[in-house]
Amino acid sequence: MSEPLLELNDVSVSFDGFYALTDLSLKLYKGELKSIIGPNGAGKTTFLDVITGKVRPTKGSVSFKGKSLLGVSEQQISRNGIGRKFQTPRVFENLTVLRNLELSASPVKNAFSLLGSGLPQSSKDEVHRIMNYVGLAPFATVKAGSLSHGQKQWLAIASLVAQAPEVLLLDEPVAGLTDEETLRTAELIKSLAGDHTVVVIEHDMEFIRDLGFDVTVLHQGQVLTEGPLEKVKADPRVIEVYLGPPEH
Amino acid sequence: MKIFQRLVPWILLAIALFILPAALDDFRLNLFGRYFSLAITALAIDLIWGYTGLLSLGQGIFFALGGYAVAMYLMLNTKSLAGGNGIPKFFENYGVDQLPFFWQPFWSPVFTLIALWVIPAVVAGLVGWLIFRNRIKGVYFSIITQAALMVFFHFFNGQQKLFDGTNGLKTSTSELFGQLVGSPDMQVWFYRLTVVLLPLAFLVCRYFTSGRFGDALIAIRDDESRLRFAGFNPVPFKTIVFLVAGALCGISGALYTVQSGIVSPQYMSISFSIEMVIWVAVGGRGTLVGPIIGATVVNYLRSLVSEALPEAWLFVQGALFIFVVVLMPDGIYGWITKGGFRTFLAAFGIAKPAKTYPKLDKEAVPVD
Repeated sequence: MSEPLLELNDVSVSFDGFYALTDLSLKLYKGELKSIIGPNGAGKTTFLDVITGKVRPTKGSVSFKGKSLLGVSEQQISRNGIGRKFQTPRVFENLTVLRNLELSASPVKNAFSLLGSGLPQSSKDEVHRIMNYVGLAPFATVKAGSLSHGQKQWLAIASLVAQAPEVLLLDEPVAGLTDEETLRTAELIKSLAGDHTVVVIEHDMEFIRDLGFDVTVLHQGQVLTEGPLEKVKADPRVIEVYLGPPEH
Repeated sequence: MKIFQRLVPWILLAIALFILPAALDDFRLNLFGRYFSLAITALAIDLIWGYTGLLSLGQGIFFALGGYAVAMYLMLNTKSLAGGNGIPKFFENYGVDQLPFFWQPFWSPVFTLIALWVIPAVVAGLVGWLIFRNRIKGVYFSIITQAALMVFFHFFNGQQKLFDGTNGLKTSTSELFGQLVGSPDMQVWFYRLTVVLLPLAFLVCRYFTSGRFGDALIAIRDDESRLRFAGFNPVPFKTIVFLVAGALCGISGALYTVQSGIVSPQYMSISFSIEMVIWVAVGGRGTLVGPIIGATVVNYLRSLVSEALPEAWLFVQGALFIFVVVLMPDGIYGWITKGGFRTFLAAFGIAKPAKTYPKLDKEAVPVD
């Protein structure tokens, strides 16, 4: 196989002696689609924090396209092509939906160039395409703060897509959504899959089945097992982790 | 109606330029000149606090730096204030016979006109950059700016040999163009200058708060770390607006100094910098009209109350601040634009009923 796009090698993260990740090694190839599941405290969010530069690992290495990401700022990692959606939908509440998307889609991120120039037409078209796709077009001039929870989730995902990253990291994209919204989100993510590398962190098993991605199970900061969902679900270790040790 | 709305700023400007000078006596006009110069500071604070979320309690530093710059020029260039060796008389009191080196460039009017906003801007840019790049935010930012303010206050207060210490520099007895700066004629000109500069400051703030740069500022206020994950580095944005705000405060301080007749370390007192924030809160932060209303209304009120009941002002100011925070979180301007007046009338049962669903009302007519 070719070079991995993103590679974590023996990564450990310790918060005051508590290990959120222990010797985690993981490879992600271009175009790969992956779901990550695991019980609470398994280190799922910390895993994303390490990749996006929010948390610096205590030990180990993280590299993207062969270059180390250690000590690189969040904004630089984002510009390199790794985008992230947070667990709670974080949108800019006092900007309208359109402006939220335009800010993310802006190809220039430099303060001085933002002062003079407008958004290029190609980015504007892209923003409108995404906005129509996620069904937020009627709310273009509504402040993001007054959207419903589900709409905020979609806006957060849409902002991420507008950023046009190579790797999309989605932290619980369907938390708090209705069944129908969950189904549509799965379709949206699958439609992105073609040209992106996608990692989805989720609790919702239905949703993971809808996605049909390969599953990696994290437990206590380590990879417990990997494979298609049905195989993983049948694994006695996974059952033990999720449901507790079998009673005799 | 729309034409009228477009004309409003011009009408206000015309009133300030032509009607107020005709209607008010010299003393009142001078007071309005001071309010309008303070409104520039309020605009600056709104730019950094209202839009970008940086609550600075140290804008007095930049305000006073602008004031000192203009006062030093006036002191140097007034023959009647010079002592035996051609430097300002107060130096003799402390046995200084050589002009401190940093006073030297202030012989030049051109240098002074540039320095009164560039020096505060550079100080603000430097202080801001150091704070922002270390990711100091929120309350800690406020505390640091206040601490910086105290440092500047004590420095200027203690240095008699450099700035005449706690006495400050008196500008009202100095001369400009052969006239006394404190004379009514001069004061009218300073008033006019202020009325012209205030709209310009407004336009500067609008330039920075509209468009995509302004969107980024609001994004910083709403969720700064999220903006980082969108690929933006917030540090340059924050440094630029803090620098611009410093420059505006410098201009404001210079205008205020020539109209009040003195600059002293009191301009860097903690309470004065907090008052500046109160003006913005009262007027309405996050809008550009609000701070102008706030600075004018609060300071006008201060003059009125101080004339009637000199001891009562601080209580009134405190009460006003609490009133606004509790009942008008968007300030006076926000209260008006968000239909506060209607709500107020409705509370007394004299508001017109709102047309919520006119179609429903029509269809609700009985069928038979």
